[in-house]
Amino acid sequence: MLRVRGLTFDYPDGRRALDGVDLDVADGERVALLGPNGAGKTTLVLHLNGILTGRGHIEVDGVPVVRPRLAEIRQRVGVVFQDPDDQLFMPTVAADVGFGPANLGLTGEPLRRRVTEALEAVGMAAHADRPPHHLSFGQRRRVAVATVLAMRPRVLVLDEPSSNLDPAARRELAAILRGLRVTMLMVTHDLPYAWELCDRAVVLDAGRIAADGPIRDVLSDAPLLAAHRLELPYGYSVPPAT
Amino acid sequence: MTAGHPDALYVPGDSPVHRLPGEVKIVAVVLYVVTVVATPATEVAAFAGYAAPVAAVVIVSRLDPLPLARRALIEVPFLLLAVLLPFLSTGPRVEWLGLTLSEPGLWAAWNIVAKATLGVWAAVLLAATTDVTSLLTGLQRLRCPTVIVQIVTFMVRYVHVLLDEAHRMRIARLSRGDDPRFLWQVRATAAGFGALFLRAFERGERVYVAMLSRGYTGRMPVGAERPAARVREWAAGALLPATAVTIAVTATVA
Ligand SMILES: Nc1ncnc2c1ncn2[C@@H]1O[C@H](COP(=O)(O)OP(=O)(O)OP(=O)(O)O)[C@@H](O)[C@H]1O
Ligand SMILES: [Mg+2]
Repeated sequence: MLRVRGLTFDYPDGRRALDGVDLDVADGERVALLGPNGAGKTTLVLHLNGILTGRGHIEVDGVPVVRPRLAEIRQRVGVVFQDPDDQLFMPTVAADVGFGPANLGLTGEPLRRRVTEALEAVGMAAHADRPPHHLSFGQRRRVAVATVLAMRPRVLVLDEPSSNLDPAARRELAAILRGLRVTMLMVTHDLPYAWELCDRAVVLDAGRIAADGPIRDVLSDAPLLAAHRLELPYGYSVPPAT
Repeated sequence: MTAGHPDALYVPGDSPVHRLPGEVKIVAVVLYVVTVVATPATEVAAFAGYAAPVAAVVIVSRLDPLPLARRALIEVPFLLLAVLLPFLSTGPRVEWLGLTLSEPGLWAAWNIVAKATLGVWAAVLLAATTDVTSLLTGLQRLRCPTVIVQIVTFMVRYVHVLLDEAHRMRIARLSRGDDPRFLWQVRATAAGFGALFLRAFERGERVYVAMLSRGYTGRMPVGAERPAARVREWAAGALLPATAVTIAVTATVA
């Protein structure tokens, strides 16, 4: 479903953010992308839908990420950004969720259906006509997920979905994400969240893939976690596979 | 921060004025203001007449005139300028309460006061009875350049985020012992503006990236969720400028 080969990217100031990344994600898989601050996780995410273009090769669902095919790519890859305020820019929730599908050319009844369907998936249908800035942070994060679901993506990419959420909102979002049947790549510092929602973990550090395996193996490997500044919460442990 | 809230201008209601589509009200207000502005300042009676349809709209919209009047105060800085004109302008002088005033200056001052007041009231009424979505849909239906509609959309959406940010930065500054009451500490406030500008800029970039990610290609999809204005609604909206034009014509012919 997702295929990244030899991806290398330097920011204009010369800083190397990605250094030969190889990554494969199969259809229906849920992968956690872990790594310390500044590892290059967000940079990698921005490559997956062609916002940034580095050297190397990326393919989504058989479609290469190249300029002439960006429209297809952006329909296939849905990115939920870290700050919902960046993602919600229209005057009402419904208009915002409709923004993506309208860009795909939908209008009238089919557009409305898409919007309702996406809002129902995140339990926000009752707030369709409210301005996004009147919602709580957790609600805004859910609407942000809906804006992307409305595009019916094949791959859902989430950048730190649980950050700044209170425990209840965090749990509600987990329930919503677990209920979605899409391929998922989730960037997170919240290891229990990754453990709860993903089957596999990839550790990125200094722009390179440092580990890649079943989530249980990665999270129970204490030396590996320590080497990449990853920490489980106090008192928390993942038993190794037997 | 209610004062900075973008839809703080809108006063929810269910009057006939509220229900008129945005495009109708925008056109009505623009035509009204044009008529008022085009009237020579010397037609004093006409200006008294122009106040009548505005008062009628206030009544029909069932709004409380007091908060509206408070909003109309934004014109005060301009009025102060107007007060200076009779003293500063040249030309023939008139004596009034022992003051020597310039006659063209007086007319210029009256011109500003009368036209600004009527214009501001019309705008305040438009803002109070039209929610953001119908304002934007209205602008779009009137074939307003997309760029302008988009800028307005983003201003409406992000004024609030930026004000919040400014507010947080101010608190951060105050908690570190900055006390902007003293003149020499204005520097920190000024630096704060710089930082705010940078944040606004970075935010703009992130929003743009989020838009691109959802297939944005430079054209805003049309919000088709509200029905366009019907002839009856246009006719109702035409009452405001029609009254103004009638007054203008009567005044200049008489
Ligand atoms: N616009 C930019 N210009 C220059 N360098 C940048 C830019 N954005 C990020 N970087 C650098 O690229 C590297 C990777 O950044 P990135 O944002 O991808 O990290 P991240 O893994 O998402 O970190 P975090 O967990 O803090 O979100 C960092 O060293 C960062 O300083
Ligand atoms: Mg990041």
